[in-house]
Amino acid sequence: MRDAVTGAQGILEVNNLRIERDGKALLDVPHLCLGGPGPTLILGPNGAGKSLLLRCLHGLIHPDRGRVCQNGAALNAGHKTRQAMVFQSPVLLRRSVAANLDFVLKRRSLPHAERKQRIEALLDEGGLGGKARQPARSLSGGEAQRLAILRALALGPETLFLDEPTSALDPSATQMIERMILRASERGVRIVMVTHDIGQARRLASDIVMMQAGRVVEHGKAMQVLEAPESNESRRYLDGGLVT
Amino acid sequence: MQDFASEFTRALSLILEGDSELWAIVLLSLRVSIFAVLISALIGMPFGAALAVARFRGRRALIILVNALMGLPPVVVGLLVYLMLSRSGPLGVLELLYTPTAMIIAQVVLVTPIMAALTRQVVEILAEEYSEQLRSLGVSRLASVPVLLWDARLALVTALLAGFGRAIAEVGAVIIVGGNINHVTRVMTTTIALETSKGNLALALALGVILIGLAIAVNAMVSALALRAEREGLSHA
Repeated sequence: MRDAVTGAQGILEVNNLRIERDGKALLDVPHLCLGGPGPTLILGPNGAGKSLLLRCLHGLIHPDRGRVCQNGAALNAGHKTRQAMVFQSPVLLRRSVAANLDFVLKRRSLPHAERKQRIEALLDEGGLGGKARQPARSLSGGEAQRLAILRALALGPETLFLDEPTSALDPSATQMIERMILRASERGVRIVMVTHDIGQARRLASDIVMMQAGRVVEHGKAMQVLEAPESNESRRYLDGGLVT
Repeated sequence: MQDFASEFTRALSLILEGDSELWAIVLLSLRVSIFAVLISALIGMPFGAALAVARFRGRRALIILVNALMGLPPVVVGLLVYLMLSRSGPLGVLELLYTPTAMIIAQVVLVTPIMAALTRQVVEILAEEYSEQLRSLGVSRLASVPVLLWDARLALVTALLAGFGRAIAEVGAVIIVGGNINHVTRVMTTTIALETSKGNLALALALGVILIGLAIAVNAMVSALALRAEREGLSHA
């Protein structure tokens, strides 16, 4: 199965996905295939179903209809061990910074010495080197989100989902997070990220999924969607005309 | 008033001079209540946490029942434990009646619902916050119980102290199953009741002062823990 956009082997595929509430479709995606090496960014106004789609792809929400496949097989518990997700508001355990990372490394059954080594390397990568013993909940917003990303990466995921990870951060903190995301992508981690920020999509995206009212209105290479969008909804959103 | 003042002075002397009878009673009280609270925590905390994360039919009814059991009348608990442990009761063969163990059992029955209910409350709030993140990390509902218990540790210490407060101040149940036997099952509360009726106010007052001191110490610890929780971002607010 090959992706229409990149031609690479598809990693995530959605077929006939539908979530309804009171007879109204919150998410209706007949087909979507996400593959290729670069980050996929999901763009769209509030209520477009971006976060819902992300949660379905990660298996946190079970659709009323349809299914999500990873590498051709329906999503199951085994797949979930190869995925990780970072939420809009980082949910950090009420432990030290290092203990937050150790928590996931223990789940991978790594020996103590290796865990210690990995924690040091991860903290250095995220610029949190001097904060290993600090309570995680006392970190600043940017630091907390960096720790949440490091913790997700500590799982060694094939796919990393990010739900508006920089929406509450200043430009400097956003830049640090974006660098981390790009580095992870360069190491081969498949990035699927929700954002409202068109500038961020320009900086990060390899391909863009544009959503509106629970539907995918366009999916294509980033430059193509951003510079010459095919759908009216994409054009209106990019022009700033589509707010909700 | 003069009598009270002189009794109070004698009470303070008993405390400060380290009266052996008084301190033996205090130590027995602490031993019984600490054991009871630890056993209650071992039963009530995992049960409360499981109740917070599990989803099953009748869960709401079970929560109401556990909450209601927090207000168990101590004398009724004392009576029930007495019936269980008395010679003709189902556990009579163990010969535990009128021993500190019987008092521990009665306190465990009283304190466990408090532990379970407070733990359920604390863990449920935390579970709601952690739910998606833990599922994302591949942690099952059952496996999330120890994670939630650990992360709620400061709030749970508060529950532990609340349970200790209930246990150490308990009189009705322990007097029924302990019998208030001198040097065997006589604890602070039962001694206060007995010595007051005998007119030995000095010993009763001395124990009262220690009991109030313990209550203040427990509250101070709860406040200190709350402050620490706030400072280290461990609170649940």
